Amino acid sequence: MTQATDTSSRTRAQIADRTLRKDPWWRAPAITATLLTIWVLYATVHVFLGRWYWVPKYHYLTPFYSPCISGSCATGSASLGTWFGKVPSIIPYALVSLPFVLGFRLTCYYYRRAYYRAFWRAPAACAVREPHKTYTGETRFPLIMQNLHRYFFFAVILISVLNTYDLTQAFRGPNGDFGLGLGTLIMLINVMLLWAYTLSCHSCRHITGGRLRHFSAHPVRYWIWTQVSKLNGRHMQLAWITLGTLMLTDLYIMLVASGAISDLRFYN
Amino acid sequence: MGYQAQLRIWRGDAGRGDLADYKVEVNEGEVVLDVLHRLQATQAGDLAIRWNCKAGKCGSCSMEINGRPRLACMTRMSTFGENETLTITPMRTFPVIRDLVTDVSFNYAKAREIPSFTPDPATKPGEFRMQQVDVNRSQEFRKCIECFLCQNTCHVIRDHTENEGAFAGPRFLMRIAELEMHPADTADRREIAQDDFGLGLCNITKCCTEVCPEHIKITDNALIPMKERVAGRKYDPLVWLGSKIGRRQVKDTPKVPGKK
Amino acid sequence: MTDIERHSYDVVVIGAGGSGLRAAIEARLRGKKTAIISKSLFGKAHTVMAEGGAAAAMGNANSRDNSQVHFRDTMRGGKFLNNWRMAELHANEAPDRVWELEAWGAVFDRTKDGKISQRNFGGHEYPRLAHVGDRTGLEMIRTLQQKVVALQQEDAVSHGDPEAMIKVFAETTITRLVKDGDRIAGAFGYVRDSGSFILFEAPAVVLATGGIGKTYKVTSNSWEYTGDGHALALLAGAKLLNMEFVQLHPTGMVWPPSVKGLLVTESVRGDGGVLRNSEGKRFMFNYVPDVFRAQYAETEEEADGWYADPENNRRPPELLPRDEVARSINSEVKAGRGSEHDGVFLDIASRLPAEEILRRLPSMCVQFKELADVDITKEPMEVGPTCHYVMGGVEVDPDTAAAAVPGLFAAGEVSGGMHGSNRLGGNSLSDLLVFGRRAGIGAADYLDGLTARPAIAQADLEAAAAEASAPLERPGGENPYTVHAELQDIMTNLVGLIRVETEMKQALAELEKLRERVLTVGAAGGRGYNPGWHLALDLRNMLIVAECVALAALERQESRGGHARDDFPQMSPEWRKVNLICTLDGDRVHLSRQPMKPMRPDLLARFDRDELKKYLTPDELPAPVTPEEKH
Repeated sequence: MTQATDTSSRTRAQIADRTLRKDPWWRAPAITATLLTIWVLYATVHVFLGRWYWVPKYHYLTPFYSPCISGSCATGSASLGTWFGKVPSIIPYALVSLPFVLGFRLTCYYYRRAYYRAFWRAPAACAVREPHKTYTGETRFPLIMQNLHRYFFFAVILISVLNTYDLTQAFRGPNGDFGLGLGTLIMLINVMLLWAYTLSCHSCRHITGGRLRHFSAHPVRYWIWTQVSKLNGRHMQLAWITLGTLMLTDLYIMLVASGAISDLRFYN
Repeated sequence: MGYQAQLRIWRGDAGRGDLADYKVEVNEGEVVLDVLHRLQATQAGDLAIRWNCKAGKCGSCSMEINGRPRLACMTRMSTFGENETLTITPMRTFPVIRDLVTDVSFNYAKAREIPSFTPDPATKPGEFRMQQVDVNRSQEFRKCIECFLCQNTCHVIRDHTENEGAFAGPRFLMRIAELEMHPADTADRREIAQDDFGLGLCNITKCCTEVCPEHIKITDNALIPMKERVAGRKYDPLVWLGSKIGRRQVKDTPKVPGKK
Repeated sequence: MTDIERHSYDVVVIGAGGSGLRAAIEARLRGKKTAIISKSLFGKAHTVMAEGGAAAAMGNANSRDNSQVHFRDTMRGGKFLNNWRMAELHANEAPDRVWELEAWGAVFDRTKDGKISQRNFGGHEYPRLAHVGDRTGLEMIRTLQQKVVALQQEDAVSHGDPEAMIKVFAETTITRLVKDGDRIAGAFGYVRDSGSFILFEAPAVVLATGGIGKTYKVTSNSWEYTGDGHALALLAGAKLLNMEFVQLHPTGMVWPPSVKGLLVTESVRGDGGVLRNSEGKRFMFNYVPDVFRAQYAETEEEADGWYADPENNRRPPELLPRDEVARSINSEVKAGRGSEHDGVFLDIASRLPAEEILRRLPSMCVQFKELADVDITKEPMEVGPTCHYVMGGVEVDPDTAAAAVPGLFAAGEVSGGMHGSNRLGGNSLSDLLVFGRRAGIGAADYLDGLTARPAIAQADLEAAAAEASAPLERPGGENPYTVHAELQDIMTNLVGLIRVETEMKQALAELEKLRERVLTVGAAGGRGYNPGWHLALDLRNMLIVAECVALAALERQESRGGHARDDFPQMSPEWRKVNLICTLDGDRVHLSRQPMKPMRPDLLARFDRDELKKYLTPDELPAPVTPEEKH
C-alpha cells in the first residue's frame, strides 16, 4: 500500500448495469458460437456416418477418416493397415487420430478464448459482466488439462505427416500414374493450411525458441522462432480458415464418393 | 465547429453515487479529458479526476467511457457522434475514492510481491553485455505505463472479487514474463507465477490486450509464453521424471513476504 | 484545531520523479528512514515524459567521447553561465549512474557489441544519450520505482515490514516546510484522497519537485509542475538562482489546439529529421550563431553526410542547442514562412524508411496518429516552441545539494545552476541521477552531523493548517481555474520566448493585481479529492514563481540561452558574471545580484582561448600560451 489513510471502508462504484457498452459487443461471441456449432454438428455427422469418405478411383481420403484403421474401412483406404475387425461406424474409423486432433483444437490458445467467450461467456466480451457466481479458471480438473497442449501438438505433427501422405496418394490417377483433379488441389490447399495452423501454435513457438533467455546464443532457433512468431500472429485466422478448408475438403470428397458429383479432372 | 456534448458522469464517493447529467462545449480536435477539464473549470470545480501528462504517457486518467476502459486523454471526442450521450464512470474493479478517481493500491501491493530483478552478483554495473535481440521481448513489456486498464478489465477480478488475493492480474503476470525473459536475470519465477500469482486463473480471453493503450500484446507475448513456461516446469512429465532421477535440478524463487 | 496525522522520518523527499527517487534510494541505502512524498501516484511523475535519453559520456557509440567533452558541451549549451562545478560533477558521474540503473533492471537499447546504445542529440558532440526508443524517461522512472520496491522487499525480510525504512506517500502534497529556528524541522501538507492534514517530522528535506511549466499556457509539462519546490524553498528562506532562464523546447505540437505544446522529442532530429519552412527550405542553415559556426555544417550535403561519417562532416544545424532552434522557428513564423497553424514542418518521413521510424520513434507515431491524424511516416509534423524546462531554481552547494537553509536539499529541475542559461537535451535525466544521489548523500551526512532532532512549534502547524484550509472556507470565492488561466496568459504573452521591457513591466503589474485575487480564490465542495481546492493552493506557488521569473527577466539586460530580449539582443560577457538571486521578503519577492564564482583554471584550460573570448571578459581570460610553453 502506498496510501497513508485507512482505505478498508471503500467499495467499488455501485453500478447495476451488466455493462455500459453501447456497441454491439454481443455480435462477435454470437457469430463464433454459431459457426463453431455448425462445424461440430457437421463433423459429428460425417465422422459417425461410416461412408462417403474414400474415392477409390482417385485415392481421395477425407482427413476425418485418416488413418482408417477399422476393419470396416474400404479397400485401399487403410494406409496404416487395419488394426481390428469390422465394427459399426459408431466407432469412428480414424479413432486413433481424431481424439488428438480434437484435443489439439480444444486446448489451442485461440480456441480456448473463442469458446470461453462464446459458450461459457466468461466473459462474453470485455467489460461485460459474466454470469457465473464463482470462477476458478484453468486451475482445476478438467481445465487444468489445457496445460497438455504441447503433447497434442506433438501428436498433430504426426497426423499432419499422415495428411501429407494422403495428399501424395491423391496425386495418383485411376491407373496409379500421376493424376490431378480438383479434389487433389483442394486437399493440397487443406494440407498446406493445416501445416500452417499447426506450426503457428503457441506451444510450437515456445518449443522452437520462445523458451530461451538468450536468442543471440542460438541464432538458428531464433530464426525459426521469428518465423513461427510471424505465423503465430495469424493463428486466429488460420484456426478459422482451416475449419473451413477441413469442412470443404470433407464435403467435396463426400460428394464425389457418394456420386453426387464427379471430380473435375485436369490430368489423368 | 463547437457543439454541446451530453455527458453522464458518475459522481459520488465510498461506492455510493449516481450518474449526473451535464452539457459541455466541445471544440475541434479535443479529447474526453479536455471536455472534463472544461466541465471542471466552468460547472463542477470539485469534479475529481486523476490526470497528469495528458499525453498518454503516464497512465493516470484511466476510466470507462461508454462502458469501455480507456485513457481519457487518448479518447478523441470525434469518435463519438455529436448527439451521442457519453457515459463516463470510474474503473469498476477498484474501490472509488471520489467521482472518477479510484483507489488502485491493489496494484502496488501486488507489485511488491514479485521477486525483483536478480542479476548475477558477479556482474558489476557497466559490465552487462546484452544483445538487442535478447532484450526486445522485455522491452515490449516495459512500455507499460501502469494505467491498470488491463487489471480493471480482467474478468478474473472484475467479476470475482474473491480472486483478488490469488491473482496478480495481467500487468504483474507480464512483469514476471518480463523478468523471466530478461537475459541477465537469474531467478526462476515459474512456480510462483502459477501458485501465488494465479496464472492458472487466466483464461486468455485477451481483454487485457484489447484495452492496452500501449498496444502491448500481453496475451500472446507475455501470458501464453508464461503458461508454456509453467507447463514446462509443472505439467511436463519428462521434466518431472528428470527432476525425480536427479538429472535436472530446478530452484524455484519464493514469493516475497509481506508485512508480518 | 484540525487533526493532523504525524509521521517521523530521517529524510523526507518531496517529489517522486527521477531525482526524488534516486535521492530516497541513496538515503535508504545509507540507513536513513526515508519518506517519499508524491503529488501523484507512484510512478507517474513528469520524468515519464522524457523521451530522448540520458546523456552520459560512456563512449559506447564513439570511443572519443569522455567526461571532458561532455563538460565542454554542457558549458557551451548553457552559454557559460552554468555552475561549472555542477557541470563537472555531472559529466564525471553520469556514466556510473546510468550503469547503475542497468544493474537495477533498466533495459536500454543495445549496440552491436552488447553495450548500451547512445544516440545523437542537440549540442552533444558525440552520440551520447543512453535511450530506450523514445520512452527513456518511463524506463528510468520504472527502474527507480522497482528499485524502491526491491529495497522494500529487503526490508520486509529484515524488518518484517516492507515500509519500515522507505515508504511512499502517494497523492500527498506538501504546502509548507516547517522550521526550528533556522533549521528544517519537517514538512506539512495534505493527503489528496481524504483532504486530511499530514505532518512529517524530519531534520532533512530533499526538494525534488520538478519545474514550473504550469505557469505557462503552452507547455509540455504535466499537471504537477506548479513550482511547488521553488515556492517552498523561498518560503523557508532559501534562494532561487537565475529564474529568468526558461527553456522553450523548439518542437511541441501546434495542432489541434487541445494538444498544443505536447512534446515532440528531439530524437526526431537526432535520428535525421529536418526542419523546413512553408517554402520547403531547411531554414536552420541561416541561423547558426557565430559562437557555434565552427561546429555546424554549411550545406545540406555536409549535414546529411554527418550521420554516417561524423569524422569528416560537421553537424546539421537542426541539432543546435534548443534555445537557438526555438528562436529560429519563431523568426520563420514571424517572417510569414510558417505553417498553417503558426509552426514549421518537422520532416522525418522523407528521411527514413517507415519501418525504421516506427522502430525508433514508436510513441511519436502513436501520438500523432491518435491525437492529430498525422502519419509521421508519410507526412511532416507541424511543430512550434513549447515551455519545457526551467534552468533556474534553488541555489545549492554543488557537492552536497544543500540549499541555504540547514537541512534543506534540492535536486533535479527544482535546483538551479547546473544547466546555466540553457539545458542540453539528455542532460536532464542524467542530472536527476547524479544530483539525486548527491542530495541523498548530503542529507544522510547532514543527519550524521546532527546532535539533536529539531522540534516543531504548534503555532507553525496551526498557521500552516489555517492557510491550507482557507480556500475551503470561501466556497463562493473567485474561481481558481479562471485565475490560473489568466496567470498562464500573462506569462505566455508577456514573459515568453522573446521578451521586452514594456511587456515585462506590464506582466509584473498584472501579477500584482492577480496577487489580490489569489488571496480570494475559493473552492466549493468538501475536502476529499477536490481538484478545485488543490489548484487554489497551487496558485500561491505559481504566482511566487511567476514573479521571480518576470523580475529576473526584466533585470537581465542581455540575451542568453533561455532568455531572449528584443531590446538587448546581444550576449554580454559582463552579464555572464552575474547571477540573479530571488528571495522572499515577507510576502514580497526580492531580487538581487550575486557575482559568479570564476571557473577553476584547469576547467578553463579545457577550452580554446578563442572560444572563451566569445563568452568571457578580457580580464577573465587565461593568459595566452606562448609557442614555447605550448610545447
